[in-house]
Amino acid sequence: MGDIATIVLKRLGLGFVTLLVISIIIFFAVELLPGDIAQAVLGQGATDENLAAMRKELGLDRPAPVRYFEWLGGALTGDFGKSLVSQTPVAEAIGTRFGNTLFLATFAAVIAVPIAIFLGILVALFRNSVFDRVANVVTLTSISSPEFFLGYILILFLAVKGGYFPAIAKIDEGMSFFDKLYRTFLPALTMVLVVVAHMMRMTRASIINLLASPYVEMARLKGVPAWKVIVKHALPNAWAPVINVVALNLAYLITGVVLVEVVFVYPGIGQMLVDSVTKRDFPVVQACCLIFAATFILLNLAADVGSILTNPRLRHPK
Amino acid sequence: MNYFIIGFYALVIGASTLAAYYQKRTTFILLFSLTLVSFVMGIVGGESMLWAVTLLAGIIAFSAGVSYSFREFLVIILPGDMSKEVKTAPLTAGFGLFVIFTYAISGIFAPIIAPYGEAEIISSAFALADDNMLLGADQLGRDMFSRIIYGARNTVGLALLATILAFLMGATAGLYAATKGGKLDQLLGRIVDVIMSIPSLIFSLLLLSIFGTNTTTLIIVIAIIYSPRVFRLARSVGGNVVVMDYIEAAKLRGEGTWYLIRKEMLPNSLAPLIAEFGLEFCFVFLLVAGLSFLGLGIQPPTADWGSMVRENATLISFGEITPLIPAGAIALLTVAVNFVVDWMLYRSSGLKE
Repeated sequence: MGDIATIVLKRLGLGFVTLLVISIIIFFAVELLPGDIAQAVLGQGATDENLAAMRKELGLDRPAPVRYFEWLGGALTGDFGKSLVSQTPVAEAIGTRFGNTLFLATFAAVIAVPIAIFLGILVALFRNSVFDRVANVVTLTSISSPEFFLGYILILFLAVKGGYFPAIAKIDEGMSFFDKLYRTFLPALTMVLVVVAHMMRMTRASIINLLASPYVEMARLKGVPAWKVIVKHALPNAWAPVINVVALNLAYLITGVVLVEVVFVYPGIGQMLVDSVTKRDFPVVQACCLIFAATFILLNLAADVGSILTNPRLRHPK
Repeated sequence: MNYFIIGFYALVIGASTLAAYYQKRTTFILLFSLTLVSFVMGIVGGESMLWAVTLLAGIIAFSAGVSYSFREFLVIILPGDMSKEVKTAPLTAGFGLFVIFTYAISGIFAPIIAPYGEAEIISSAFALADDNMLLGADQLGRDMFSRIIYGARNTVGLALLATILAFLMGATAGLYAATKGGKLDQLLGRIVDVIMSIPSLIFSLLLLSIFGTNTTTLIIVIAIIYSPRVFRLARSVGGNVVVMDYIEAAKLRGEGTWYLIRKEMLPNSLAPLIAEFGLEFCFVFLLVAGLSFLGLGIQPPTADWGSMVRENATLISFGEITPLIPAGAIALLTVAVNFVVDWMLYRSSGLKE
């Protein structure tokens, strides 16, 4: 068991280092601006006094590494500085919005994961049948469509023509849980369509891979019934790839959420990121990017650790 | 009950019975599931839903016909070896090739095909479709159809340029790392790991907020974000090639690194790279479309599918399908490329199970 612990610890350490490097990239990318932030915000026509005042206010007169450590320390304690546009603390605005985004992503994941794994195993069992081929075409189409295409189709048919759901997913604190679910149903459904397709294909591939391995063939040849081959022989080894697939797709959900939030005007962190990119509100952009990147890396890390823990062969690397 | 509903069910049930009688298993399953689906649809949505099912089935049958004839056309005009390959291609691949062909034509000959210029204002905002304007006008009164045609040139062209640049950078660096090995290989590998661990949409938003959005920056930023994937593939394929005897022989001949990469490594690792090019193009294309949709990609007045969706999005709430047309154009091309790539991967992997 000691072995697994070290491998997992090593992987966690590596993830931590990656996060650190990414925080450096996110911070110093802004330093690459022609001139500096003050110049970029105030524009070419700014007077020297104005520039100097703004630099002083933002603390730009101190060297970049010092500011980086202050920023990182602040970010770790939940303080992302002040927004350049609204002059309010970034963390305040991000707090509720991040909660909303997580709510939407969780909603989509809770629907998508069971459906995708069930259908993925089903098409793997009936591979090369009509059912499999139709599923292949449908999932490919769904993957290839941009999220806003699916989103607007759903709005057109289920909101405007059908009138079953609201087209704009506005939610606020005071709403009841079920009201929130009802209002976020369309954006969640959009993400479910894309993620189910991805997950189904990945599950299908890994299950087929598994069923082609010699020990499964052996079990079949010695006369084990088909369902028992799946449950007793294939499934224990299928957990690792399936956990991997789930975690990778959750990571995908986190980034796919940006476009979906914009389509449905959902008050999440993705829309905030897009807004602040257009307004060139750098502290907000940095904070949002850091949060997205951290979530992405943590989920990828979870995928790795999960597959190490469930796969006996990965526990003893050669 | 009117004649349409009776005729509809009589047709599907009759067709599935015929298929069952003549032992056409696949056709029967397809037709019978269509029957079951239309039972449910008919009960839920009434006659209008049945019309939709008919329309959908018609579209699918029509595109199957088009793909079949385009494939036969390719079989006839292509020389021996290639026509044999195309003959065994599934219908989906034929469909993909046909769509790519159509897009290429409309992109290349855009000024000849489009009746108006891409920035030409010819009527009032959101004017309805008439004989003059096939798809109506957009939010400024420009011809939607002309802009769609020009979009094929602008959007696809930009995505193609970015993909090619990503490939040049990624493949060169990957093959170089494989040939040289050592510290540089390690360093490049770590850099690639870091870039790939940031979600691409987020990373491009960060970089575009800093460098601003003009076409050149857009292409470079996207190429930088997507080249790591190419690097990884080129590195792993090159790793298998570099241990071959002919590389050893070339090294003993005293050939330089650049010669090795160009004349020995590249030709022997080209096949997987080409399949990857198609996939990569899809990712880049979707990213470009997404960025334009967010207003951070190709800037107006250049016609571009992503921004056309955003500009006309308000029409959706009036039940108009106008914003869906450019979005559908994006989806259709990505689907087509994916179909072709799927076929190529299936062929090269030799998976027959």
